[in-house]
Amino acid sequence: MTESILKIEQVSLAFGGVKALSDVSFEVAKGSVFSIIGPNGAGKTSMLNCISGRYQPNSGKIIFQGDEITDLAPNDRADLGMGRTFQNLALFGHLSVLDNIMVGRHHLLKNNWITGPLYWASSAQNEELQHRRKVEEVIDFLEISHIRKSIAGTLSYGLRKRVELARAMALNPKLILLDEPMAGMNLEEKEDMARYVLDLNEEFDITVVMIEHDMGVVMDISHEVMVLDFGKKLICGLPDEVMADPDVKRAYLGIEDEEIQEAS
Amino acid sequence: MSSLALRPCGDFRTSYKQDNTIFETKTIRRMAIIAILVLCTAPLFLDGYLLTLCIQISYLGIAALGLNILVGYTGQISLGHGAFFGFGAFASAWLNTSFQIPVFLSIPLAGFMTMAVGMMFGLPAARIKGLYLAIATLASQFIIEDFFARADWFSGGSYGAAAEPLSMFGFVFDTDQSFYYVALFALVTMFIWACNLLRSRDGRAFVAIRDHYLSAEIMGIKLNKYRLLSFGISSFYAGIGGALYAHYLGYVSAEGFTIFLSIQFLAMIIIGGLGSVKGTLMGVIFMVFLPEVLESAVSVLKDTDWGNVPMVVDGLAYIKEMAIGLVIIGFLIFEPEGLAHRWAQIKNYWKFYPFSY
Ligand SMILES: Nc1ncnc2c1ncn2[C@@H]1O[C@H](COP(=O)(O)OP(=O)(O)O)[C@@H](O)[C@H]1O
Ligand SMILES: [Mg+2]
Repeated sequence: MTESILKIEQVSLAFGGVKALSDVSFEVAKGSVFSIIGPNGAGKTSMLNCISGRYQPNSGKIIFQGDEITDLAPNDRADLGMGRTFQNLALFGHLSVLDNIMVGRHHLLKNNWITGPLYWASSAQNEELQHRRKVEEVIDFLEISHIRKSIAGTLSYGLRKRVELARAMALNPKLILLDEPMAGMNLEEKEDMARYVLDLNEEFDITVVMIEHDMGVVMDISHEVMVLDFGKKLICGLPDEVMADPDVKRAYLGIEDEEIQEAS
Repeated sequence: MSSLALRPCGDFRTSYKQDNTIFETKTIRRMAIIAILVLCTAPLFLDGYLLTLCIQISYLGIAALGLNILVGYTGQISLGHGAFFGFGAFASAWLNTSFQIPVFLSIPLAGFMTMAVGMMFGLPAARIKGLYLAIATLASQFIIEDFFARADWFSGGSYGAAAEPLSMFGFVFDTDQSFYYVALFALVTMFIWACNLLRSRDGRAFVAIRDHYLSAEIMGIKLNKYRLLSFGISSFYAGIGGALYAHYLGYVSAEGFTIFLSIQFLAMIIIGGLGSVKGTLMGVIFMVFLPEVLESAVSVLKDTDWGNVPMVVDGLAYIKEMAIGLVIIGFLIFEPEGLAHRWAQIKNYWKFYPFSY
């Protein structure tokens, strides 16, 4: 295996009596697509929250590009090259799509509350326009140029997910964390999203850690899959190995039950 | 910042620069410039009384815009804006009389002093939200009022403080006509400053925090820093507005800077539209003219047989305050997005007339 970009060492996290994560360790290889699967409530989002800094693990270490970041503030992780999307939509609802994505450039922009307002007299205008160009590249890549002026809160679910991905990509991340990027999408939207994830991984050289329920997509695009169940790591390996594992089948019977219940 | 569909046809943008302007179209920009030019000639045809109202709109407008940056754009709340306005007024007078700093310097300096004070109070406030924040800022209102009452060296105590008129290059701006230009210049400058802030990095960060602070943080925005900065900028605007007020009236006394003024500022931005620069100005104009209109209505009533009731005629002061309260409640219920929103709807109606869809 190649060099790892992210290393999780025995991370545990509890909310009161609920153990959301127990001693989870894994490594994500640089340049790979790494998927986390598991039934609802298994602790997948909690894991992502620990990586992105929203939660502090009770114990364990998180190492990103060789540096420990366990106690680093979430906003400082953007500087290091970490972007993410959320399970429940988290766009800036009243901003245009364009401005949403421009917020992603925040840590790369230098103008501030004095130079920004001086706009023409400082270099702020130039800087904003330069970054606008970068943002347009992302907009083209994700094929959302037709909605760039729309107010984010007015878009359809599928488009909002795509704008959220664009915003995370605009950070210029080396690692991107995607929390159920395809949930609630129709087949066509799912296929598009899967293609974007693959392309951003290959063309933009971004390592992907993704939580996803759709096993078809997971098997298709992941290099490695980890299964979480009740906060514990069941197994981690190549997609085929993971699918063949009897424990996983059992854990997944659970999720199928739930899905049937949800559908009915 | 309207959507693509609402732009007149034939208006294509060929560069990102054109797409990033303060005004939506060239026509609107031209109209704004013409409006400012017309405003420049206003002293030629407006009488002193209307000029006074215009000057009032200017210094209140600057302060209200600051509050809108904090409340409308950053999603914080402040019940102490009136006190910061007062602080700016006293600070500029104090800098000028105690240190002989010329007024054209003491006004911006007073802005920065108020900013520093605002950030001092904002420091704990940046960590709390909602109701708790409202109470904390209410405390800042009373602490500053108390400071005015005690610090005679700063505020002149119960006598108040005299403020020299603004003078530059030997010219003294001590008439309504001349000060009008100072007020107009300040208003335009501060509004352009805000528009540019809101289309650059830190302004976007404010709105991002308002709309979704958790993902703003993930995008690399340091929440406490920006909440504090928003407090600072808002106080800066209040300070500039207050300083202009001081040097216009020539005299500052603490009575005017009570919680009632803070609530009036809030009323202006709620009526005009939270999170709208244009709306701020509309709200201020509305609030400045509301008492005037009431007053003339009452004086008309006085001359009629049926309307000359002592309760109405003598109760004008109460009616004014009640009217402000009623208007705020009315807007919250019927037009929560303010005058700016109503204006946009009227504009769209005419743009698509007679096709209403
Ligand atoms: N902020 C929180 N407070 C309390 N409990 C939480 C919180 N976040 C997650 N949990 C609990 O942790 C467990 C794992 O949740 P989560 O990570 O969201 O699961 P998944 O994303 O795999 O569906 C659940 O039992 C959930 O109730
Ligand atoms: Mg989840």
